[in-house]
This record gives sequence, C-alpha cells and structure tokens, in this order.
Amino acid sequence: MADQANPAPPMDERVKAIPVWRRALIRPELGGICGTILVFLFFIATASDSGMFNAQGVLNWSTVSAQFMIIAVGACLLMIAGEFDLSVGSMIGFSGMMIAIFGVTLGWPIWMAILVTFAIAVAIGALNGYIVVRTGLPSFIVTLAFLFILRGFTIYLPQTIERKTIIGGISEAAEGDWLAPIFGGKILEGLFTWMGDAGMIATFERGTRAGEPVVDGIPMLIVWAIILVILGHILLTKTRFGNWIFAAGGDAQAARYVGVPVNRVKILMFMFTAFCATVFATCQVMEFGSAGADRGLLKEFEAIIAVVIGGALLTGGYGSVIGAALGALIFGVVQQGLFFAGVESSLFRVFLGVILLFAVILNTYIRRMITGER
Amino acid sequence: MNTRSTHQPIVQMKDIEKHFGSVIALAGVSVDVFPGECHCLLGDNGAGKSTFIKTMSGVHKPTKGEILFEGQPMHFDDPRDAITAGIATVYQDLAMIPLMSVSRNFFMGNEPIKKIAGIPFFDKDYADRVTMDEMRKMGINLRGPDQAVGTLSGGERQTVAIARAVHFGAKVLILDEPTSALGVRQTSNVLATIDKVRKQGIAVVFITHNVRHALAVGDRFTVLNRGQTLGTAQRGQITPDELQDLMAGGQELAELEGSLGGTV
Repeated sequence: MADQANPAPPMDERVKAIPVWRRALIRPELGGICGTILVFLFFIATASDSGMFNAQGVLNWSTVSAQFMIIAVGACLLMIAGEFDLSVGSMIGFSGMMIAIFGVTLGWPIWMAILVTFAIAVAIGALNGYIVVRTGLPSFIVTLAFLFILRGFTIYLPQTIERKTIIGGISEAAEGDWLAPIFGGKILEGLFTWMGDAGMIATFERGTRAGEPVVDGIPMLIVWAIILVILGHILLTKTRFGNWIFAAGGDAQAARYVGVPVNRVKILMFMFTAFCATVFATCQVMEFGSAGADRGLLKEFEAIIAVVIGGALLTGGYGSVIGAALGALIFGVVQQGLFFAGVESSLFRVFLGVILLFAVILNTYIRRMITGER
Repeated sequence: MNTRSTHQPIVQMKDIEKHFGSVIALAGVSVDVFPGECHCLLGDNGAGKSTFIKTMSGVHKPTKGEILFEGQPMHFDDPRDAITAGIATVYQDLAMIPLMSVSRNFFMGNEPIKKIAGIPFFDKDYADRVTMDEMRKMGINLRGPDQAVGTLSGGERQTVAIARAVHFGAKVLILDEPTSALGVRQTSNVLATIDKVRKQGIAVVFITHNVRHALAVGDRFTVLNRGQTLGTAQRGQITPDELQDLMAGGQELAELEGSLGGTV
C-alpha cells in the first residue's frame, strides 16, 4: 500500500549501484578482519612448527589477547562516545594494589576487598567523566592527570604501609573465597581432563602432574574477555543506549538538541572503562597472587592501539567493538608469535608500529567509503 | 485567503524585546503564526532573525514581551520544553550526524524499543522501515536505511531533518536558513518539502535572506530590520522589489544598486 501511495523516486543516474558482496565487506571491522587473517597467515608460515598452534601455545596467545580485549572494550565504547581515558594503565595498578591492601594488609575477606575496589574504581571513573563534562576540558588532559595521580598512590600506599612495592600472599588469602574464582579460576576443567585422557591434547609425562593435560581449563580471564566483547557489541549496536553512544561522539551538540543525555552517556562510559580496567587488575592479581606498583604500565596506549586497529575513529562517533576485539587479538598474537617464531623480541615494537600504520590507513579508506567523508 | 483569520494563531509573539548587555537585539517584535501557513521571516545579516527564532524555540528568554502557544502563555526554560510543546527547529548545520546512518539519525533521541525476554532492544527493523517510508514520501531515494548521512547532499540532509521533526509531531517547524548553502536543484527540493509540510497543517517559520526563495513558498512575509519589524505582508500584496528594499533599508540599497547597475 505504502508503495502505491508513494512511488519510489526514480534512481539517480549518477549513483552507481553497489554490488552486494562489496556492501557486505565494507564495514568498520574490515581492517581488523584483514589484519587478523594476515597475521595468522604470517605466523602459520613462520612459526607453525614452534608449538604456537598446539594447546599450550594457543592458550598462551589467547590469554594475552584476552587481556588486551578486556581493556579494549572499555576504551572502544568510550572512544566512540568521543572521549579518551589515559588513566587505564594506572587504574589497573591502583585497583590491584587496593585489593592487596584490603585483602592482605587489612585482612578483609577477598570478596569484600574485590567489591570495595570495584566501587572505588568506578567512582574514580565517574569523577573523571564528571570533570570532563563539567569543565569541557579535553579528556586527554583530565585523564592524563589521573594517570599520574593514581600511579603515585599505587607506589606511595604500599611503601608507606608495607615498606615495599609488591604485596604478595593474595592466593593464600583467596583460598576458599566465593568471589575470587570468578576472576582467577578456570572453567571446563572436566572437558580438558577428558580430552587429555582421550589423547586429543598432550599430557604431562613426568613430574607431580604426570597424566594431567598440559592445558587444564580455560582461564576466567578469557571468559571475561568474551563476555565483555559480546555485551559491548550488543550494547553498542542493538540498544537505544548504543545509539546515544554514537550520537554523543558524533556531534554532542546535535545529539543534545534532540534530547540525548550526552553528559550521562559520557560519564557512564568513563565508569565502564574503569570497570574493565578493574576486571583486568583483579584477574591479574588472582593469577599472580600479588599486586605490584608497576602493573598496567602503558596499558592505556595498548588499549587505544587495539581500538584504532579495530577501525574506531579517534575523534569519536564511529567504531566497532568486534573490531576492537580483533585489534586486541592481532596485538596479542603478534606479541607472543614473535617469541614463538624466535624473532628478536625488541622487533615487536617495529611490527606493532607497522601494523598500526597500515591498519589506520586502510580503516580511513573504508570509513570514507561508508560515510562519504572527504 | 481570509479563512485563516477564522482560526487561532498557533504561536503569538507579542512585543518581544531581547537585550544582550547594552545591545538591543530585538526592540519589540510581534509576529503571529497560523497552522498550515508558511511564514517567512526575512532580514539582512544582523537584523535579529536568529535571536528571534531562538527566543521562539526556547534557547533565549525574552527580556520583555509575551509568547502565546495555542492561546496559552508559555515560558520555555530550554529547547526541550519547546520541542515537547511541538515547536521543532531545524538548524542549518546542526541537524544531522554525518557518521551515523540515516535511520539512526532519524530516531536519535526517540529510539523505538522492542522487548526481547524483558530486555529493551533498539527496534532496528521498525526504525529502518519507517525511515525508508518517510524518505520515499519526501522524494529521497536511499540506497538503504544504513546509508550514512555523510553521503547525502546538503538539501537531502535538510529534508531528512524536516521529515524527522514532522514524524515526531511538530506543530510548528522553524527552519533556520535551510537554503542558504544549497545549489539551485537542492533548493527547489527543500522548498518543495516545505510546501508538503505546510499542506499537512503544520505551521512553518522559514528564515531566509533570499527574497526569491521566500516568495516561492511563503504565505506571509515579515521583514526584520535592526531589531524591529517593518510589518507583515500577505502574499500578493508585495512585490519582490519592495521586499528587497524593506530588508536592506530602502535608501541605502537604492544608492548601492545604482552603482552596481541594478543587478542586486
């Protein structure tokens, strides 16, 4: 009916029809997809006999990638909302240290230490956001201040309280705790034991763990990464709030004008970034059993690099969580893969710089095709 | 033409004054807007057009004077109040977000919700369908609802913004110089859109400094000059030359025109 009442206007003869395959390919994640394929091809060609792709090797690089993914999801949504957070790395160190001080020095139950730490971290994220939207200062500057403030406290507090910069003993304190395994535990252990018994994955041949599979489960770190990526993707693309994130970063004034609560969106995204950093910190503290004052150094840049490789626009309004996750995967695979391939480890930075440059150039072309920018 | 006087004006602006510090931007401007008419507000740069429509749309509060909306005195604290009441403004460059798709732009701030297992999701199918439908009504042929606004021409962007305001129930549509940056073809498209909107019974306030654009669609014309109205004229009661003279303050333009050989 509608079609009869309003016949389609004639096609503009100057608009070229775009083939279906091209439309399916032209998406924000394309750069990330290409990069992932290239990186895997490269390492399959150069490092396939080094154990990079057996169970242990896969676990190795997927754990590293998952770490990047967790902070990249937060950084990605925040960047699409038009802001930066340079305090992510310091927040990781700070949150880990808070858990250690509450749980070990003060002797609180670990679940309480974790929950209180999350509350503090998210509150600091909210403060970051509040200062940015209230003052109108660039978030680059505001969060740079917090990079130093939080790192300073992370070094000062343990030195004053414990006279050292690393607090250990968290594994012992977390023994029998109900919340700690959510961050430090593993899942599917039964499946991996069965796979070990069935000879599908290698088992230890000697030592105290003889007969156990070399990989005895999937670390919760990886589970958190996958959950955060899926939730972040759904939030961004399938909800009203996701539309507000795009709008807040695309043109805050135009968004405000149609009633989008831009300030609330931005503050919530700062809080979510702090939450992701704390998830990272908690998993790390549970894995290592200790908190160190230098943890998380430079992580803010690694998160931003992963997000940019994944196709997000630095100035906001455009990007993809899936792309950011692929960026994190590329990052992790390259970092660990060079080790497997026996390449001098200092070359990692060279590789990273080259990938970053190529990804951003490719992404810029893709974005122009989609959005008609010139 | 006098059928209009049988019904009430939807917006009455009475003796509006607006001072910014020592500058008197508006010195007592009165304008009535009726449903279904296109009221053109003309004036040269600095005449007070922008201040006037910003007062109407709730951005500025008048220093003196009264705003009646559907006969009731209104006090808008911010643009949201005006939008809720049914006064929508389409700004020339602040209408759309180029990086976002047409359908996401169209429903920005008014996203339709579809609940799946109790969780509210953005109802993209509905948004896409309505967007395509509305665009077809306005004569814009989209490749698809996912097409980014950045790929549209300036005129098409204005049209999308107008269609959006109408879809969400605007009773008064204020257009701030919608044609000033457009080419000939795009301008005619926007003017055609204004005509369609007016025929739906919506009051259109069309700000421009181009007399030809105003005469193409306007029912009534109000000229602002140095913060004051020089009166409102009905269609057919005024010639383009008279309008042009009123806008530029007669005498001076006549001298200028002489030096330019009558081409302005």
